Amino acid sequence: MAATEQTGSRSSTERTGPGRLLYDATVRAIFLQALTAALVVGLFAWLIYNTMVNLQERNLSAGFGFLDVSAGFGISFTLIPYEEGDTYLRVFFVGIANTLLVAAVSIALATIIGLFVGLARLSDNWIVAKLSRAYIELLRNTPLLLQIIAWFFGVFNLLPRPRDSVVMAEAFVLNNRGFYMPAPVPELGFGYVMAAFVVALLGAIALYRWEDARRDRTGKSFPAISTGLAMIVLVPLVVHLALGRPLSWDPPVLQGFNFVGGVSVPPAFCALIVALSAYTSAFIAEIVRSGIQSVSKGQLEAAGALNLPPTWTLRRVILPQALRVIIPPLISQYLNITKNSSLAIAIGFPDLVSVWMNTSLNQSGRAIPIVAMTMAFYCLVSLTVSLVMNSYNRRVQIKER
Amino acid sequence: MSRVEGARKAIEIVKLNKWFGQFHVLKDIDLTVREREIYVICGPSGSGKSTLIRCINQLEHHQEGDILVDGVLVEKGGKNQETIRRTTGMVFQQFNLFPHLTVLENCTLTPTLGLGMPRAEAEELAMFHLKRVGIEDQALKYPLQLSGGQQQRVAIARSLCTRPKIMLFDEPTSALDPEMIKEVLDVMVELADSGMTMICVTHEMGFARQVADKILFMDQGEIVESGPPGEFFLNPRYDRTEQFLSHIL
Repeated sequence: MAATEQTGSRSSTERTGPGRLLYDATVRAIFLQALTAALVVGLFAWLIYNTMVNLQERNLSAGFGFLDVSAGFGISFTLIPYEEGDTYLRVFFVGIANTLLVAAVSIALATIIGLFVGLARLSDNWIVAKLSRAYIELLRNTPLLLQIIAWFFGVFNLLPRPRDSVVMAEAFVLNNRGFYMPAPVPELGFGYVMAAFVVALLGAIALYRWEDARRDRTGKSFPAISTGLAMIVLVPLVVHLALGRPLSWDPPVLQGFNFVGGVSVPPAFCALIVALSAYTSAFIAEIVRSGIQSVSKGQLEAAGALNLPPTWTLRRVILPQALRVIIPPLISQYLNITKNSSLAIAIGFPDLVSVWMNTSLNQSGRAIPIVAMTMAFYCLVSLTVSLVMNSYNRRVQIKER
Repeated sequence: MSRVEGARKAIEIVKLNKWFGQFHVLKDIDLTVREREIYVICGPSGSGKSTLIRCINQLEHHQEGDILVDGVLVEKGGKNQETIRRTTGMVFQQFNLFPHLTVLENCTLTPTLGLGMPRAEAEELAMFHLKRVGIEDQALKYPLQLSGGQQQRVAIARSLCTRPKIMLFDEPTSALDPEMIKEVLDVMVELADSGMTMICVTHEMGFARQVADKILFMDQGEIVESGPPGEFFLNPRYDRTEQFLSHIL
């Protein structure tokens, strides 16, 4: 601080005249910041002004009034009910639901596959390790769009016609119209089964907590996790059987040229899910591998030398340290899946970008509100997840000096 | 003669051989350590000293020969390593504390989850040993908030909390700054005086002179020379020992 003042005062005494201000660090900093701010504000003002003028010239409005207007086009696959006469706003929500469905299913699959491939990559078995390495490198180093198109045109579109469908376990059907599975049909009394499930879940959590507290108090342990899991499965099952199975299944049946009944998803959905989860699982596998490798061998040796039982070594030593490394990049992969699902447009799956940014925009011409709403959706999802993750990160951060 | 004449054998090693692939790390090692005895092992790096003590608690598995720890024969391939590790404790060169747990949690982990001790009792035990090594006031800090010397003393306390009969030290001061070495050695001297059986891989010859019953010199997988400190330092019988001593003393 003192040094700065000294040089400042020296330069002001040494240099006189109008050029003097140019050499004053404070004045120069303020001037540059003001200039930057003015440029940014100016740029935005120009952008907004330009847009307004252009919209006016073409008789377009930037308002949201069109949301109440009937969209008038059909959507091939919708998760929430939709008809052609429904409004644009409804189309927006249909798109969001479809995008979230693709994201959720892909995230679940990518995590499971990624976990196994990541563990396989660390295997002592040469073939297993090399195979998973090849899987990772192949999927990670080719463009996702290419993979989506390959899965769609190369696999799911080439499946046999409905008449020659691939039928698995007499319930799951795969053909060039899509993938069909039995639909659950809850009957009277199924609510009790669901209630039993919730009760068992809460009971398992309570059991886990009770066991933890009891171990602290008495030192005795008890397999709370496996007992809890058994409870969650068995209690609803017993209630289900006792009530005479109040849940039946509606299987897909071949009628004429196609299958009816059950739940079905189109080939584009299958291709998108498979491509997204395979591609992302390669990245997740590497994240899992690096997380496990980040726990030093010394930690395992210390746990071994202390004679900490292996299951506790995993739960109290390895996992807490590995997860700290795994979770942040894992979440970033989840966000990538959500954003990458917009590539669905290439194979005609009606996700948000396809039905909203493409069809609705072309039809209504309301570029500004439509783009803004789409960006707002993706930002909202990403920022919410980041917020949660940042708070998690702060909690598990290792404390150093 | 020896101050532990007639005491039970804590560790008995007979014709121990170990290979890492083609490399013959330990060659026909014979060693007997009686209860309350302090052994110091020194030697150039790569001579097999760490591997030898790591075979005792089965962090490394040996291929040939017998190891008896507290009268129990170590089975090949680590089959009864849990039994063996109940009587041994180990302190590592790199401390290997669990960085995500507090000092106190590091010490209570095995007593609560491995030995079935109620938490209150385990914490009392931990505080007793932390006080013993002089860091009871740091119990709620995390390992990386402490200095190297303090971390190593926590590691010693953590190991003592599992109530070992034999303590193995694998170069406990080699990763420390010179001014911190003493605080760790003081703890080890106190431990030695309390009657703990100890095998220390270390080059701290002052420590060896002060407490060791026997000093072993290892080179290329063999115990080249062994004897009480007086003999060992005054008239080493082998050239290699003499050379080594001239480098480190």
